[in-house]
Amino acid sequence: MPAFLLNRLWQSLVLLVIVSIIGFTVLNLIPGGPLAQFALDPGMTQDDLDRLARQMGLDRPLPVQYLDWAGKMLVGDWGNSFRDGAPVLDVIGRHIFATFLLMGSSTALSIAIGTWIGIRGATHRYSGFDYTATIGAMIALSIPTFWFGLVGIYIFSLKLGWLPAGNMYTIGDGSVLNYLHHLILPSIVLSLVNVAIWSRYMRSATLDVINQDFVKTARAKGLTERRVLMKHVVGNALLPMITLAGMQLPGILGGALVTETVFTWPGMGRLFLDSLGYSDYPVIMGLLMFSAILVILGNLLADIVVALVDPRIRLG
Amino acid sequence: MERAHAVQNISFDLMPGQILCIIGESGSGKSVTANAVMGLLPRIIRIEGGSIVMDETDVLSAAPETLRGLRGRAVAMIFQDPLSALNPLMTVGDQITEVMMAHGVGTPADRKQRAIDLLTEVGLPDPELMYHQYPFRLSGGQRQRVMIAMALTLEPSILIADEPTTALDVTTQAQILDLIRDIQRRKGMSVMFITHDFGVVAEIADSVVVMEKGHIVEQGSADKVLKSPEHPYTQRLIAAVPHLTGADRHPPLTETVAPVLKVEGLMKTYASGSKIFGSYREVKAVQDVSFELAPGRTLGVVGESGSGKSSLGRLLVKLMESDGGKILFEGTDIAAMKEAEFRSLRPKIQMIFQDPFASLNPRATIGHILTVGPVAHGMPYAEAREAAKELLTHVGLDAGAFGRYPHEFSGGQRQRVGIARALMFKPKLLVADESVSALDVSIQAQILKLLDQVQQETGVSMIFITHDLRVASQICDEIAVMQKGRVVESGPPSRIFLDPQSSYTRELVAAIPGEERGAKPSH
Repeated sequence: MPAFLLNRLWQSLVLLVIVSIIGFTVLNLIPGGPLAQFALDPGMTQDDLDRLARQMGLDRPLPVQYLDWAGKMLVGDWGNSFRDGAPVLDVIGRHIFATFLLMGSSTALSIAIGTWIGIRGATHRYSGFDYTATIGAMIALSIPTFWFGLVGIYIFSLKLGWLPAGNMYTIGDGSVLNYLHHLILPSIVLSLVNVAIWSRYMRSATLDVINQDFVKTARAKGLTERRVLMKHVVGNALLPMITLAGMQLPGILGGALVTETVFTWPGMGRLFLDSLGYSDYPVIMGLLMFSAILVILGNLLADIVVALVDPRIRLG
Repeated sequence: MERAHAVQNISFDLMPGQILCIIGESGSGKSVTANAVMGLLPRIIRIEGGSIVMDETDVLSAAPETLRGLRGRAVAMIFQDPLSALNPLMTVGDQITEVMMAHGVGTPADRKQRAIDLLTEVGLPDPELMYHQYPFRLSGGQRQRVMIAMALTLEPSILIADEPTTALDVTTQAQILDLIRDIQRRKGMSVMFITHDFGVVAEIADSVVVMEKGHIVEQGSADKVLKSPEHPYTQRLIAAVPHLTGADRHPPLTETVAPVLKVEGLMKTYASGSKIFGSYREVKAVQDVSFELAPGRTLGVVGESGSGKSSLGRLLVKLMESDGGKILFEGTDIAAMKEAEFRSLRPKIQMIFQDPFASLNPRATIGHILTVGPVAHGMPYAEAREAAKELLTHVGLDAGAFGRYPHEFSGGQRQRVGIARALMFKPKLLVADESVSALDVSIQAQILKLLDQVQQETGVSMIFITHDLRVASQICDEIAVMQKGRVVESGPPSRIFLDPQSSYTRELVAAIPGEERGAKPSH
């Protein structure tokens, strides 16, 4: 196990370096760049632009810029936003709570509901419930999230007036209830797709297990149906789902671009879009590295959990 | 399933303290019968009529809760594949104590003690340690012993065993059969034993039920059914069982002919893990194997799982590179050849695979499967098509099979397609890896006959890899017995089977079910 972890850590580091090089290069290939918006200002001379470029360090060759950025990154200095000069980590810190709140709640919701639907769909295969769940999942997957968001806002905010149309809280009211009130609609809209995906995976994972011999053995032992299902079927069916859950982690902290935009939710997704608009390279690179680390961490966590749960991997 | 009923009008009695064997080929309905007794049929199979009475309880009309109370307590079951019959996430001990827990028997401490006693009883080494072990750490035979221990937990009066030794090696099979018989005698249990192997029936049965296509065609005492079967189907089945013959197929070669294949000191080692992190392991799959094969002759490679016989097969057709040694095919060393150099020789060495269901591309027509290879090697399509059609009739199929898909054929027919595919290249050497193992005995006999006929006609040499010594004795001129990557003994069948030199070969021969020891096998 320690050998395995060490090995994975190595691979992760190499991966991070590759991601950062590609990210950095591609970002700088995009025409425009951080100076483009200044260039539109009629009062700007080429000299001014050059001076700005020097100040921001953009006049140096790309590899030098990269090494400078990477070197600082290693000691925890992720650079400063071009937009307001705030350290990148602070900028990310300002947005991470909002995203965590939204994505965390909706992911927890969708895993719980999706798992239940999946198991029930598999144990009652080709029943009315199963067909309804299948069709529901197809609908949720084929209609884009923003449409559900807009329809939700139209019905529950405009027509019924039950729920707020956007934002994370009402300014001047920071109570928990107020946060929750704002959370309901975006969280449910986000969950629709995730429940659909999760329930489909869970259904097929359960079906894979349900016909295995050891399930028959469990029945032949005289166990109750409930124990057969919970201990023998679901226990084994959840194994592949752990990996899937690990892949959700970057989403939980990385934010949802579309939903956050529709609901003007001040999370990481919005931050990313805004930073792109401003060509705010340090923040974009910061977000890129942040999500790369999350992807690696999510997979690593999933592998560790799988190893803890599955003796064949833990001891094998 | 073409027939409306999986089983129809089945009646039999299981007497106390008796071993009843239900025998039949695949699709005969024997497993459905066993599962019906346990109330474990899949939901889509409904019982339309009849009754199953156990002691005083009618199983079919019993409430689910009553039935659950019987399972594990009055009737226990063991299954064919011990690899998949145990929950991979639970320790052996937990799976055994779960039976007692389900029926509310004993305190946790009692249960643990009982489980350890049971593990001792079924002859597992170090029961204390075994209690905490996960199934993946156990061999197939050990897992089947765990299954038996689990079945015995609450001393049921009936044990249903659904092909419990089919997936095991022959020596392990002999041990498990002994164990089941021994326990049955000690406890006075009744055993319903499902099998497809008359050899096993001869070893273990008191009485026999023979099933064909969902019907019982014959039943009676084991002695009567085996010695004087009345129904033609039973007679055919018993006749098809391959018996160990000690007679050689051909007289030994008198003059020396140049061998088609000469293997010298062949080696293959599998390595896994990483040296840096200390998880490095290596398995010597093939160690210093040497043999010669004359034109038109068959060499049988026999051994149990893990003996390296399949690795050897893969090395010979260069599906895998060897680590050392020579493979001289018609005098040229192909072991050292690069893939590109070897390609022109590939048609001359062909393989017939084990699983007729997995070895044919389900989305390609038989015609495509047969012609794609030769066409790739430069044969014009029209010519390949004619050759394919001719071969199809030759291997006992219709030329019309050319345009059909694999799923339209039975296992035996698919294996014929597999043989035709290999013959398309007019090979000099055929490597058949367990090519009849997945087939019912009657089909097995037909395929062996076909291979024999093909060899007579084309003079092709064959390497016949099998775990079944009886089959090997039918078709081989020479037999090499492999154990742990080495050839421990080789020679003509007459010597290997009648006068085995190594202790391992003796053990293998002794473990063959249903052969009368010491009697000179006759043709």
